[in-house]
Amino acid sequence: MLQKKIPLAIVLVFGIISAIQYFVPHPLSQEYYDTMLKWMIGVGSMAVFLALVSFLRHHYVRLKVKEHAPYSAVAILSFLFMTLVGFIGGMGPGSIFQKMFYYVQAPLQATMFSLLSYYMASASYRAFRAKSFEATLLLITAFLVMFSVTTFGNYVPGIPKTLEWIMAVPNMASKRGIAIGVSLGSIATSLKIIFGIERNWLGG
Amino acid sequence: MVLKLILLLFALKGEVLNIKDVPNDDGSKLRIEYAIPFAVFDSAFIYRIEGKKSVKIDRLIHNEGAFIDDGLSYKGHYKYKLVIYSDTLQKVFESGLVSPKASWFDTSQFPLFLVVLLYTGLLLFYIQHARSGKSMYLRPIAGLQALDEAVGRATEMGRPILYVPGLSSLSDVATIAALNILSHITKKAGEYETKILVPVRDPIVYTIAREIVKESYYSIGRPDLYSEDDVFFATDSQFGYAAHVSGTMIREKTATNFFMGMFYAESLILSETGASTGAIQIAGTDAVTQLPFFIVTCDYTLMGEELYAASAYLSKDPMLTATLKGQDAMKLIILLVVGILSVLNLFGIHITLGLF
Repeated sequence: MLQKKIPLAIVLVFGIISAIQYFVPHPLSQEYYDTMLKWMIGVGSMAVFLALVSFLRHHYVRLKVKEHAPYSAVAILSFLFMTLVGFIGGMGPGSIFQKMFYYVQAPLQATMFSLLSYYMASASYRAFRAKSFEATLLLITAFLVMFSVTTFGNYVPGIPKTLEWIMAVPNMASKRGIAIGVSLGSIATSLKIIFGIERNWLGG
Repeated sequence: MVLKLILLLFALKGEVLNIKDVPNDDGSKLRIEYAIPFAVFDSAFIYRIEGKKSVKIDRLIHNEGAFIDDGLSYKGHYKYKLVIYSDTLQKVFESGLVSPKASWFDTSQFPLFLVVLLYTGLLLFYIQHARSGKSMYLRPIAGLQALDEAVGRATEMGRPILYVPGLSSLSDVATIAALNILSHITKKAGEYETKILVPVRDPIVYTIAREIVKESYYSIGRPDLYSEDDVFFATDSQFGYAAHVSGTMIREKTATNFFMGMFYAESLILSETGASTGAIQIAGTDAVTQLPFFIVTCDYTLMGEELYAASAYLSKDPMLTATLKGQDAMKLIILLVVGILSVLNLFGIHITLGLF
């Protein structure tokens, strides 16, 4: 029972203090906020250790499965190599660690990111099939928006104005509608957690 | 030179240096106002004096003006000195001892404070209302109604479920909402004895997600279903994570994919890969820029606040449902206020109530 009551009490006390803190500009309030941030970093650094154990265990288990083995072997070897290089050569400018980061990890990430253009094409194809009234409306709007940002679109009378209107009125209105809902929803979720009404984060 | 001197004496009869506290701050600022009505000086400087220490803080280039002296301490006592040079003459003006005040309440945030109080009051009112046992109607949300169906599909196919709790940290409310939904889905998957895989990007979210899954299996009386390997830390690299999850979807042949929480540019990579494997996909996010990608590639999408409503919807807990009613009431108030203010604006009456 205490296993749930103690976390709930901590959340209640610190949740209320943190909500009030937002409205208090006094240095003591800022000091409290900074202390909380330091605690977050402290707790986070402990979680990093657990996360690394999880990472290694996950890939170690998968080494025994033929289908996963090559990928998991690469993951474990890369992890061990980077750790070793970091410890021995340091992480400063010109170090092997930094070179590995800039010339191996960064291009790999860029490759994944560049895949987006292909995914975008296939997703657009699916989205723009005019199967229903809404889909047709989306297709026409998308065409107008894309056309108006091209060089040619800028010279067609009425098109730049139409783009401006689409972005400033229907697009902005729907965005703001979602933003209002999200803000109210996030405050409500926070209050539910602070008052202990929502307990699923404790496992139900 | 004599004329200049006469002008200077006349001009400096009024208050030349005026030090004011800056309201609603942490006591680190003072407003320095100065006024020298005639262009009689060749150069002028302002000095801050703290104890025996004197620091030149500004050179004045206009006859009249003000600036904020920042970086002070609310515990300190300061004096200011204005030194005016005119040819070979020098005139010094000193202010009294002043101390910046640290505010205990930011009055500029008062309208927001009132709105928060009103909203909290509404939520508490509806929670109290729910305690009386009156049932409340919830409109059906297709994405949430399909959750059981999606878990059932994975069970029928004998394949695992993939649950992605977003890429953000726990400071994001969307991540907390995603973890709340994880609890429900784990219980449902546990009842059907279906495996659930939860790759996580953030170390803190990983530890919490692990505990949630473990506790959820315990709560349905099936602790044996929990495996340490089901909830795992993938990587903290954004596109590394996208690559890992995409690989998992393809190699594990997941039948159902859930994408709940905060997503960034990787959203389309994840959901499009899932769509290509033929998995049933349900997404939920409050990231407005990523919503179109999920709508296109997923079978169901929880938009914005629907993600936060999911926990109440799934649990059918009257107390949680009551908070949704509170949200709707607040939205109605906002709608009315925006409507009235817009109409007034059309007639040239501009009122913002300090909120916009």
